[in-house]
Amino acid sequence: MTGWRKAGDGPRHRLRTGAVMRWLLLLAVGVLLLAPREAGAVRPDEMLDDPALEARAREISRNLRCLVCRNENIDDSNADLARDLRILVRERLKAGDSDEQVVQYIVDRYGEYVLLKPPVNGATLWLWIAGPVLLVIGLAIAFLHVRRRASAPEPATPLDPEEEARLARLLGEEGGQEG
Amino acid sequence: MLEMFSAAGFGFDELGHFALVLAFFVALWQAVVPLVGASRGWYDWMASAVPAAVIQFVLIAFSFAALMRAFILSDFSLILVASNSHTAKPLLYKITGTWGNHEGSMLLWVTILSLFGMLVALFGRNLRPTLKARVLAVQAMIGVAFLAFILFTSNPFLRTAVPPFDGQGLNPLLQDPGLAFHPPFLYLGYVGLSTSFSFAVAALLEGRVDAAWARWVRPWTLMAWMFLTIGIALGSWWAYYELGWGGFWFWDPVENASFMPWLVGTALLHSAIVAEKREVLKSWTILLAILAFSFSLIGTFIVRSGVITSVHAFANDPERGVFILLILAVAIGGSLTLYAARAHVLRPKGTFALVSRESALVVNNVLLIVAAFVVFIGTIWPLVVEMTTGRKLSVGAPFFDMAFTPFMVGIAMLLPIGALLPWKRASLDAALVPLRGVLALALALGGLVWWLQTGSSLLAPIGVALATWVVLGAVDDLLVRAGWPRQPLGQTLRRLGRLPRSDWGRAVAHAGLGVTIFAVSTLLAWQYEDIRVVRVGESYAFGPYRLRLEKVEENVPGPNYSATRGTFTLMDREGRVLATLHPEKRVYPVSGMPTTEAAIDSTLGRDVYVVIGDRQNDGGWAVWAYIKPFAPWLWIGGLLMALGGLLSLSDRRLRVAAGAARKARLVPAE
Repeated sequence: MTGWRKAGDGPRHRLRTGAVMRWLLLLAVGVLLLAPREAGAVRPDEMLDDPALEARAREISRNLRCLVCRNENIDDSNADLARDLRILVRERLKAGDSDEQVVQYIVDRYGEYVLLKPPVNGATLWLWIAGPVLLVIGLAIAFLHVRRRASAPEPATPLDPEEEARLARLLGEEGGQEG
Repeated sequence: MLEMFSAAGFGFDELGHFALVLAFFVALWQAVVPLVGASRGWYDWMASAVPAAVIQFVLIAFSFAALMRAFILSDFSLILVASNSHTAKPLLYKITGTWGNHEGSMLLWVTILSLFGMLVALFGRNLRPTLKARVLAVQAMIGVAFLAFILFTSNPFLRTAVPPFDGQGLNPLLQDPGLAFHPPFLYLGYVGLSTSFSFAVAALLEGRVDAAWARWVRPWTLMAWMFLTIGIALGSWWAYYELGWGGFWFWDPVENASFMPWLVGTALLHSAIVAEKREVLKSWTILLAILAFSFSLIGTFIVRSGVITSVHAFANDPERGVFILLILAVAIGGSLTLYAARAHVLRPKGTFALVSRESALVVNNVLLIVAAFVVFIGTIWPLVVEMTTGRKLSVGAPFFDMAFTPFMVGIAMLLPIGALLPWKRASLDAALVPLRGVLALALALGGLVWWLQTGSSLLAPIGVALATWVVLGAVDDLLVRAGWPRQPLGQTLRRLGRLPRSDWGRAVAHAGLGVTIFAVSTLLAWQYEDIRVVRVGESYAFGPYRLRLEKVEENVPGPNYSATRGTFTLMDREGRVLATLHPEKRVYPVSGMPTTEAAIDSTLGRDVYVVIGDRQNDGGWAVWAYIKPFAPWLWIGGLLMALGGLLSLSDRRLRVAAGAARKARLVPAE
């Protein structure tokens, strides 16, 4: 990155403390992370002439991860690798692959890391069913709790002295308060 | 004067550093002494929490100001300033650059933490003294932990012996008003939830939760929630116009980090109402208060430890991450243990039937909490899998869209009904009567949209139906509250103005959610996109419009960048000029990084969003142009939600917590 070359070209020993390297590393990581987040995405020269095919390519691209970016799909990313993948997807489509075949083709070469929507299988099963399972458990607990509260008799416990005093005071002052 | 100080090796930077160390010790005092006082009944020990909280804030604020001064004056003898600032930067970004980096943002974090501590100390005059002492002590414990974190692992005041001639600059993407003010709002939000947490832990220590407690917690939660809402909306708005293709939500871990506390905070807000009005769900409210801030801490960990960047980066330099993880473990583990031990003493007072507003709010809470957990699991899943099995997995937007959306649909479906149910015991039929018309209208509109649009996607019809249901449901809520349909409409309308502000707040916030649902679904479903190479002078059909590229100027100088600037004319089909658009592509020489500045023509019905790219081989320019239907309603929806919070906050009953005041005076001690 040009920015780095520039920083290094200047006087070499500007910062000498031990922490400097770590600082630079952190900054470098930060810049790298944010750098690909620049507009661009699909470029005009990549697009297919057939609108139906192009639409399929876009849809597939949205579910594929740009491997060198942070949490970005190849359709949105401006990174070179994302461009390569976009072109690859379009080549496969032109060759007559189905959507699934295209995705499988990419996964075979780049691993499942490339899938932004993890497949439902062994290890990721919990990820997928966590929401519904938690919902059922949550609603069941809530239902049992509410039913218990509903059947519980109105508490006959008298007001504690503090509340008595407050009630007396409120009644004396305002003649009651809206609940 | 300044030079003299510097010459003596003693400047504002050292004073700021020193103030931070002092603040640490003050916080230590505030964390221990009032707590001992509260358990022994020693009044002056308890009372010392108030001056301590004020002094702590003043010291930290001074320290923050000192750091800001270093940024403004480009004091490159601070490593932090040298690596994150530059003399050529506009003043605004020198100021906001103070928190545009890890150390500075953590200092902002504790500044806001101590600000809330001070506010509780100053405005909590009516609180029971033991409760107040305990709240401030817990608040100070968080302060101690994070001040230690800053001083030991993230000190912004580290010096270098040989200051460089110039700094390395701030990431150009951060040099933007939207993002500059996003972190302060976000922190006011999720650090603000610390107050609810402190109240919850203090109540557990105290062993009692009453209506007065809930009445105290609600405004603080509401305030934090409001800021969090604005902060998230600002961040989303920034992403929309700055990142270049008009995406507004990416399910990025950093976004999720602020969204999870928002979801739980929303649940807390609702259950605190039940705890206040009906004195039930008290222990649940306490648990939510603990959870909400726990998610804030988890968010801080996710963002600040570098763990999302890469598990390996984290493992190689784990100092900060482990420190925050330790804080997390103590805060969450400690408070949950305390909860397990003490929650049983919080006895509910009222009862309520299966069909009642209480039950509706319980369901609201379950949906929000499970939704928050789904986001949480999706966010940490790749980390957990990689750490345990070494497998690299991605969990991205497509997962969250699928797994999260159903919960929002559920919430939106139940919301108008729940808002109309009376407390304690309700009849579903009776509550549904005033909603019949709304339901019919919502379904009709949804159907109409489905019939009108040619595509098969159900997103827009469902979104429009739900949005209509929620927005008109909120209107209905107000009307019913004002007496309709028992009273004639004219009289109802006259009474609308006299409704309490909290009623208006609820309706406005709920309508805001509906508006957001409308904007999200229509924007995603009906966006129009045009990507092509355009030559200067060429005009082309663009949806219902025409676009003409008038000229492209290169090397247009900015304050610290140079830009390629296009001029587009947006016309209707008859050739009448609607707007002139100037998208830019900027290069910041200091970092060598390009950014794109989209040109947006905004009306209430749509945004036209134009981006210019590189010159192509044939001399034309790559141009991305989008029509984003109803895009401005996204931010209007967010603002309505925040406005609803503000209206509720300004309600007389919350403002004065009158009941609590009397109570405190009547019973000064346990």
